[in-house]
Amino acid sequence: MSLTVWLIALAQALLCAALAPLLIGWVRLVKARLQNRCGASVLQPYSDLRKLLIKETRVAHTASPLFRVAPYIVFVAIWLACATVPLVALDLPTARIADIIVLVGLLALARFFLALAGMDVGTAFGGMGASREMLISALAEPAMLMAVFTLAMTAHSTSLVGVMEHHLTDGFLLRPSYLFAFGALILVALAECGRIPVDNPATHLELTMVHEAMLLEYSGRHLALMEWAAQIKLLLYGVLIANVFLPWGIAQDFSPAALALGLAAVLFKLAILGAALAAGETVLAKMRLFRVPAFLNLALLLGLLGLLSHVILEVGA
Amino acid sequence: MENQALSLAYMALWLALASSGVSLLAARTPRILRWVAMPLIGLSGVAAFGAGLWALIAHETLTATLPLGLPWMPWHLRLDALSGFFLAVIGLVTSALGLYGPAYVRSFEHGRDSLVALGGFTGLFLTGMLLVVLADDAFAFMVAWELMSLSSYFLVAFQHENAANRRAAFLYLLMAHIGGLTILLGFGVLAAFGGGFDFDSMRAASLSPGWASVAFALAFVGFGMKAGLVPMHVWLPEAHPVAPSHISALMSGVMLKVAVYGFIRVVLDLNGEVQWQWGVTLLLVGSVSALMGVLFALMQTDLKRLLAYSSVENLGIIFIALGLALLFQATGHVMLAALALVAALYHVINHALFKGLLFLGAGAILHSTHERDLEQMGGLLRRMPWTGFFFLVGCLSISALPPFNGFVSEWLIFQSALQAWQLESGVLRSLVPIASAVLALTGALVAATFVKVYGIAFLGQARSRHVRRARPSPKGMWAGQGFLAAFCLLLGVLPTQVTGLIDPVAEQLLGTGIPQASANGWLWLTPISSETASYSAPLTILLLALIAGVAIWWFNRGGVRRVRRCDPWDCGFTSPSPRMQYTATAFAQPIRRVFGLLFEIEEIRDTGADGVQRYRLKLVDRTLRLIHAPVARAVETASKRVVRLQSGHVRGYLGWTLVTLLVLLWIIS
Repeated sequence: MSLTVWLIALAQALLCAALAPLLIGWVRLVKARLQNRCGASVLQPYSDLRKLLIKETRVAHTASPLFRVAPYIVFVAIWLACATVPLVALDLPTARIADIIVLVGLLALARFFLALAGMDVGTAFGGMGASREMLISALAEPAMLMAVFTLAMTAHSTSLVGVMEHHLTDGFLLRPSYLFAFGALILVALAECGRIPVDNPATHLELTMVHEAMLLEYSGRHLALMEWAAQIKLLLYGVLIANVFLPWGIAQDFSPAALALGLAAVLFKLAILGAALAAGETVLAKMRLFRVPAFLNLALLLGLLGLLSHVILEVGA
Repeated sequence: MENQALSLAYMALWLALASSGVSLLAARTPRILRWVAMPLIGLSGVAAFGAGLWALIAHETLTATLPLGLPWMPWHLRLDALSGFFLAVIGLVTSALGLYGPAYVRSFEHGRDSLVALGGFTGLFLTGMLLVVLADDAFAFMVAWELMSLSSYFLVAFQHENAANRRAAFLYLLMAHIGGLTILLGFGVLAAFGGGFDFDSMRAASLSPGWASVAFALAFVGFGMKAGLVPMHVWLPEAHPVAPSHISALMSGVMLKVAVYGFIRVVLDLNGEVQWQWGVTLLLVGSVSALMGVLFALMQTDLKRLLAYSSVENLGIIFIALGLALLFQATGHVMLAALALVAALYHVINHALFKGLLFLGAGAILHSTHERDLEQMGGLLRRMPWTGFFFLVGCLSISALPPFNGFVSEWLIFQSALQAWQLESGVLRSLVPIASAVLALTGALVAATFVKVYGIAFLGQARSRHVRRARPSPKGMWAGQGFLAAFCLLLGVLPTQVTGLIDPVAEQLLGTGIPQASANGWLWLTPISSETASYSAPLTILLLALIAGVAIWWFNRGGVRRVRRCDPWDCGFTSPSPRMQYTATAFAQPIRRVFGLLFEIEEIRDTGADGVQRYRLKLVDRTLRLIHAPVARAVETASKRVVRLQSGHVRGYLGWTLVTLLVLLWIIS
């Protein structure tokens, strides 16, 4: 049993990495159509990654060894985090290795190295990006923890499998705490993935960059790894929102039919979420940096309200 | 056989005393400090670690009496699981000093400062700390406690030519004595009910809830003052940075833990029934300390001061976990109380390790560059690679990132907080999530703080000439850091073994441990049950390493592909100078603005003699103005009143004595 299960886990992890550029391509395509542009093919991000991978890699004179190690650490930490989220099938061993808190910790590890890499070359933009990223994460990470704690307390389990199983057996119960947690998680996902209205992934306008400012000095395969990691992170948040709040369709056993259904379900959910993200990015404008704390405080408050409404309203009742 | 653990503890004491004694010769031959005294300290640490580990594994209570002290009350010593655990914590950090110290004290050999004082008081300081955790009666405890406080006072005042250091030392002495006084009063309450000053009779005593709360409050204030909880923390960021760095490591890494030991000993062992209000108090004070501590740490530009504020934050986290333990214990959830206590103790040893490591790193930087100010640093990773590498391990550990040790304890605290739904009272149920929200916020801010520290000090380009010329630190210094860094990783990767070792402490104090934590084998840490939560640190690091290996292989197929070195791109700005980099103050500015209400910030703009305008930032600790200044004013007013009694005439004083005597006679008659 265990070998097949581990093989499915491995396949799922590879699928995460393989699907991530597709999701970005889809978001960009929908966004382009909404803006009355033709847009590039959904497969364009794959070509971009391939181009970066074969290009020459340049490193600044002033960079330390950390600069060259960081892309690997960022990529690996985010990928491992993504591999622990049930994508197609539910009860995989990877999900037992790390629960939600470990997942948040792995993302924090990636962010730590990303910010350090931004400061490494010693340019003004890198430091600016790192400082802003840490501000955003300082507020987004607790909001995320509060949201997942709400789910974990309801399910009496911090394991994502436990949360989803609880949800599947419990049926669709519209708990107030879930609504709060859902809102918080959406806001956090926007902030953490550097999407509008917190950060603009398409800009290289000096003073508004956050995520891009930290990657400014990267090129070639290092940049490819960083970009790919960011794409996997978007997929991770998408899957997290899709499968935690609406886990229906996910494979609960390992029969090929269930796995195929699980894959179809998650692709469908991600397509909807991607389109929603594109629509949101089309109608919203990017906020000033100092409006972002208000946005994230809202997320934190929603998370905390979710947790409190759970312990006050739902536990006793 | 079983007494060998105690003999090892004696050996640690004798070695520490010997190191102190040998240092007396350092006035003649300064080298003796480097070659004899510091290695003796390290050996004492090894012995203490061995004794502690032995006591934890054997899980037996050993007692002894020493022919010291008052004739009718010899000193009682006791080595049980709790003191064993803290002995091991003290021992670990002190062992690292044995490697680090010799190279570090060398820089003092040609200074004006007295080496006799440095070596002598270091040994006494260690003796005091070891005796505190071994003491089994209030008398021995207080003598050891004062030995620890006083000898560390002399170490803080070591470089006393500097007026700021003298002031910091005085503040420390003052706070240590107010704390010592309340601890003494707390023991007084316990002894009055127990009928004796030895801990055994205090344990047997039954206190009324009111008096138990009084004893708790006194112990909390006394030990909390030593542990640097907000608002009693003001001495800590003053005193810890000015001591020599290896002493700072001892003070922040170990002495604060001795205060935690005292608190646990009094509240969970000696005092009677635990009350839930105590848990709430700890949760509140711990949360405030954690948040204020980290925000102030983030704002600092002096590296050692920053680390000291971060100690306030970590002690806050420890007290949050202890608060959870008391809360669960008082409401009858003993298993959860054990989990929270294990989490608290796990964080105790973690903080000792990474804070020791970081202070040693700060000392290495100070040694190489004579600089504590982050704004002058930069690019040190390339100049001091080993120091930089181990410092990074410390930063990752303290930021609670997997797979290092800080993450495990924070994970355990979250796990026990998430069991709050089992509490019956709705108020308590909602209080715990708020505390865990504060903990989450703190964790994220700690990461920001240490990105700032590492990014500014070790990455980028040097911001001053002497930092540009920094040389790698001597082998011994980075070996000491490496020793602690290895333990940081070890405790992060093998959490089941560590919780297994801490378990006897919970069994001793609460009557139950958390055997289920390792029920699924050593790979899986399952604090409550495998359905509720599981974390496999060994597999996490294995997978991280595996994927990283594959990724590096994949992207460098056909031999390691070379990279081309070029000028930084920086959006086309040519040849960026070090002054164009973000500064430590600039890095913290967005967060300073968001949390602006908590600080008292003064932005000063002045024009220097050269006509250049400069901006300075002054950040004041609000508690200083809100709490400490009024107290200081009240004390001053009161003492001015008392001065009136001092007429200077003998007959006046005799009159007062007579009146006092009469009043006393009237009271007792």
